[in-house]
Amino acid sequence: MELFSQDKIYNFMGKRKIFISISIILIVLSLFSIFTKGFNWGIDFKGGIEVEVRLPKPVPIGEVRKYVSKKFPEAIITTFGSPREILIKMSVKKVSPNIQKDIGIEIKKLLKPLGNVIIRRVDIVGAKVGNELRDKGIKALIFAIIGILIYVAIRFEWKFAVASVLALFHDTIIAMGAVSFFHVEVNLDVLAAILTLMGYSLNDTIVVFDRIREQIMKSKIKDLALLINEAISKTLSRTVLTSLTVFFVVFTLFVFGGEIIRPFSFTLLVGIIVGTYSSIFIASPLLIWFGFNIDDYRKKLIEKEKRRKEKEKMRQMYQGGVV
Amino acid sequence: MMKKLNYRLVIFILATIFGIVFTIPSFLGKNPKVNLGLDLQGGMYLVLGVKGEAAVENRIKTIASTIKYITQKKDIFIDNLKIKKDVLSFELIDKDDMPKMDEILKKFKGIKISKQIKNGSIVYTITFTPKEIEKIKENAIKQAILTIRSRLDAYGLAEPSVTQQGKDKIVVELPGIKTEKEKREIKKLISSAAHLELYLVDDEHRVTTPKEAAKYGDILLPDKNNPKHLWLLKTPPVLDGSMITDATVGFTQKTNQPAIFFTLNPQGAAIFGDVTGKNIGKRLAIVVDNKVYSAPVIQERIGGGSGQITVGSTEEAHILAIALRSGSLPAPVVLLEQRSVGASLGADSIRKSMIALISGFIIVVIFMAWYYNFAGIIADIALVTNLFLIVAIMALFGATLTLPGMAGIVLTVGMAVDANVLINERIRELIREGKPMKVAIEGGYKNAMSAILDSNITTLIAALALFAYGTGTIKGFAITMAIGIMASMLTAILGTHGIWQYLIDTKKKITPKHFGMKV
Repeated sequence: MELFSQDKIYNFMGKRKIFISISIILIVLSLFSIFTKGFNWGIDFKGGIEVEVRLPKPVPIGEVRKYVSKKFPEAIITTFGSPREILIKMSVKKVSPNIQKDIGIEIKKLLKPLGNVIIRRVDIVGAKVGNELRDKGIKALIFAIIGILIYVAIRFEWKFAVASVLALFHDTIIAMGAVSFFHVEVNLDVLAAILTLMGYSLNDTIVVFDRIREQIMKSKIKDLALLINEAISKTLSRTVLTSLTVFFVVFTLFVFGGEIIRPFSFTLLVGIIVGTYSSIFIASPLLIWFGFNIDDYRKKLIEKEKRRKEKEKMRQMYQGGVV
Repeated sequence: MMKKLNYRLVIFILATIFGIVFTIPSFLGKNPKVNLGLDLQGGMYLVLGVKGEAAVENRIKTIASTIKYITQKKDIFIDNLKIKKDVLSFELIDKDDMPKMDEILKKFKGIKISKQIKNGSIVYTITFTPKEIEKIKENAIKQAILTIRSRLDAYGLAEPSVTQQGKDKIVVELPGIKTEKEKREIKKLISSAAHLELYLVDDEHRVTTPKEAAKYGDILLPDKNNPKHLWLLKTPPVLDGSMITDATVGFTQKTNQPAIFFTLNPQGAAIFGDVTGKNIGKRLAIVVDNKVYSAPVIQERIGGGSGQITVGSTEEAHILAIALRSGSLPAPVVLLEQRSVGASLGADSIRKSMIALISGFIIVVIFMAWYYNFAGIIADIALVTNLFLIVAIMALFGATLTLPGMAGIVLTVGMAVDANVLINERIRELIREGKPMKVAIEGGYKNAMSAILDSNITTLIAALALFAYGTGTIKGFAITMAIGIMASMLTAILGTHGIWQYLIDTKKKITPKHFGMKV
């Protein structure tokens, strides 16, 4: 099977202004949602109490609310994936530590009229812990970005590094925007999804950059836009294919994986689409805008290659001398 | 002509055998097996904060009791023995006792002593050095871990895990807890400090506020059964629980109430005998965790070093006895975070993520075979080995598989074939350029290498960040991701290359069709 003809060079760079505009609009919308709507912070980061119960048979949610509010009027009650699964959320401050200890028993008692309910999960996170987890999450993000920046700068050049990290921000902001817009709960798993997405989106970008580097060495093309077009076109079928396989598995995770990891799979689902898009349409145009100079880089690469060859020659001579 | 050894194929076959051999035990439930995280098998996860300052205060209290006891024994007169937070002060009445006093104080390590002359007597102020405070806090958490561990062992739980997190936190993981009653008992068992103290009751003064009490060097503590009733007690306590050697549950002789019978070590027994002997007719309050359990009148000198605490119910007596026996927590702990997952939810999570894994796997396998034909099937073989390797490595290292970890494995299925996609695309490219098959295959692997390495290393960096700063179940995700990436380098690059090499060496006819190309 072949999806894309490898001989055809698509003119991606010719339309770069359109794509950059689309991205800017998406980023602005995402930031708008993040700053006006905010995030639906889960208890991992905010602290709080969550009790998940399974009812023996589906019951109107109002009825559940009626029983629970007898003792916990502040509780927020929703279904969780199926009408039999109920999620009860409370603030830690509103419930005394003594009751917190037995919250599972309390809820079970309150819901006794509905039959034998099963307490599926009880999570209590103190507000202080939430802050700490958030700090750790931010540290993890910064650590990952800096690590990636350094690695790409060493392997390629700093302009490549900055372009790839900007593409990374692009993907992260839009994925977070979607999380905010669709009111998806932000928990530790979402953080993991964001970091995975970073690694993944970078994969794609690096494969394209790797090809650009190779084309610089191989071809005599002096126009960066043409060269990028060629590199992207040649890697297009790989980019699409890998994105598809990853998309398949994330999609199955989203559909079959259950309610608990839905925030995770949702974030990744959005992230993979955006990440694929950005590595084709965003990361490379950024190189052009940074005034990346082919000739300079070519000289540098040739110099490097020369040095490598010289070293090899020396080694051979040395080894020859010994033998 | 000697044939060159196809080391790639040999390594790949060995890896496959290794993967299968160490995967099987996990499915049979034998060791070495992959441990399931609490979110998959059900259980309770607790994060406890240890109040280190309280350990320092307790320590100064013990020093105060000892000073009081020794000075009384040696007829050295001191007055105004006071404790304020972690500062101890007292007045030495007779200046001439100073050398003797200093001799006594030499016994205590890590304290700072300052002396001041006031109205002819010497005021001693004792605090700990900052280094000592650090040490006490550090010891407090170490000891708390040991204590909690032995309490859980005594309770009879399977495989509890108690570990330190950061500087002042303890993580307790308890797989296999089922009933709510068990959960409640365990929380109580873990979080009660079980700090036993014996105080003499001050019957001479009548006070209502802690401030007034402090004037007489006393403290006010609530009664356990009737919290409104406050007892006025003379500080420092005459004894504390660190001198207990045993505690058992039984019933009192007269009233047949549940009670804990405790035994003291020789030093404790001596002090207990002395104090009871000197204070016949007075009340001795038995205090656990700052609550007065009872305050019986001392009838006679109690030798032999044993006593009893009456308790409300046998269940309570049982928990408290375990706590007393395994020693008190050097500092109180607070529950910062608790998560418990029922076994039924865990089973559901396993089922759902397995469905996602299997269906994702099938789609990817079919897709690869459809797109790349024979080359796709070779990539699929590598993918299967990759999955075996992940499970085998996790089992050997005793890593824990969590729900996000399962998600990590599902993701790996999608990402691991990337290397083969890169390689196959490169091979197709060279075939199109008209290169002979053998050259195209070798060239394809060579050309794809730098992109594969770079992209895998950046993903590893992200996984490392998650592992370093992630907590709990997220660490599981980072682990499976990292193992998956590394295993994929072995299977997808080395393994498939070895298979092609074998096919070339055995002179099998390879055509562009094998790579899914139209001819």
